[in-house]
Amino acid sequence: MQDALFYTFAFLTLVFGFLVIANPFSRNPVTSAMFLVLTIVSLAGLFVLLHAFFLAAVQVLVYAGAVMVLFLFVIMLLDLKAEERRKIKTFGLVGGLISVGAILAIFLSSLLHAPLGAAESPGLEGGTVSLGKLLFTRYLLPFEIVSVLLLVAIVGVVLLSKKDLR
Amino acid sequence: MTVGLEHYLVVSVLLFCLGLLGVIVRRNLLVMYMSLELMLNAANLALVAFSRFTNNLAGQVFVFFIITVAAAEVSVGLALIVALCRKHQTAHVEDLTTLKL
Repeated sequence: MQDALFYTFAFLTLVFGFLVIANPFSRNPVTSAMFLVLTIVSLAGLFVLLHAFFLAAVQVLVYAGAVMVLFLFVIMLLDLKAEERRKIKTFGLVGGLISVGAILAIFLSSLLHAPLGAAESPGLEGGTVSLGKLLFTRYLLPFEIVSVLLLVAIVGVVLLSKKDLR
Repeated sequence: MTVGLEHYLVVSVLLFCLGLLGVIVRRNLLVMYMSLELMLNAANLALVAFSRFTNNLAGQVFVFFIITVAAAEVSVGLALIVALCRKHQTAHVEDLTTLKL
């Protein structure tokens, strides 16, 4: 049952991820954003299969909720009608395919030679309690630094979106 | 054959390569940005898989931080894109040639 679910979610993730970057029916960024939402939701399914329940919830809330709404707002703000008439350059496509294929070959060959036989019986549960305990004891300093980072991001965005940018 | 660490890593690698291909091939700033998000999510999947199969919760804490930083990064990046488009009226990287000699 778990294996079937894994294959389903993995297949869905990869197909939707492909449709984000190269949709054969539409070059509109809105469809890309919608397929990115579906990719993220199926990734959350994979997280649930890995028993990372809290992260699955955060993934759906933060990515599919907040980040994608931000993306859609910007797409609506910018009005990208001229985008659909653009052609993809053949040189860029060939170069991209070659370089990505090379990187994929490196990844897969290193994966084949890696000693991965550890931990036959994984018993880890990524619930809110265990993750929160770790977050507020051992990783307290990074947690606080991240909150400062969010404040910096807020100030930066407000400054950037002022009318007269100097 | 039961699903192990390798399966998740293969999915993560494929998703990362899809994101990289999107960044290289697509020339629209917003779609390139979404491909960057795909690559970040692929790294997250690898981290969660390692955390599960080595019984170490630190990987999930890292993913939590990555999601937070990614949210901050997306907001700043989109503000930059909006400012750029207001100035140049385009979201296409080949029209942004200010740095060209």
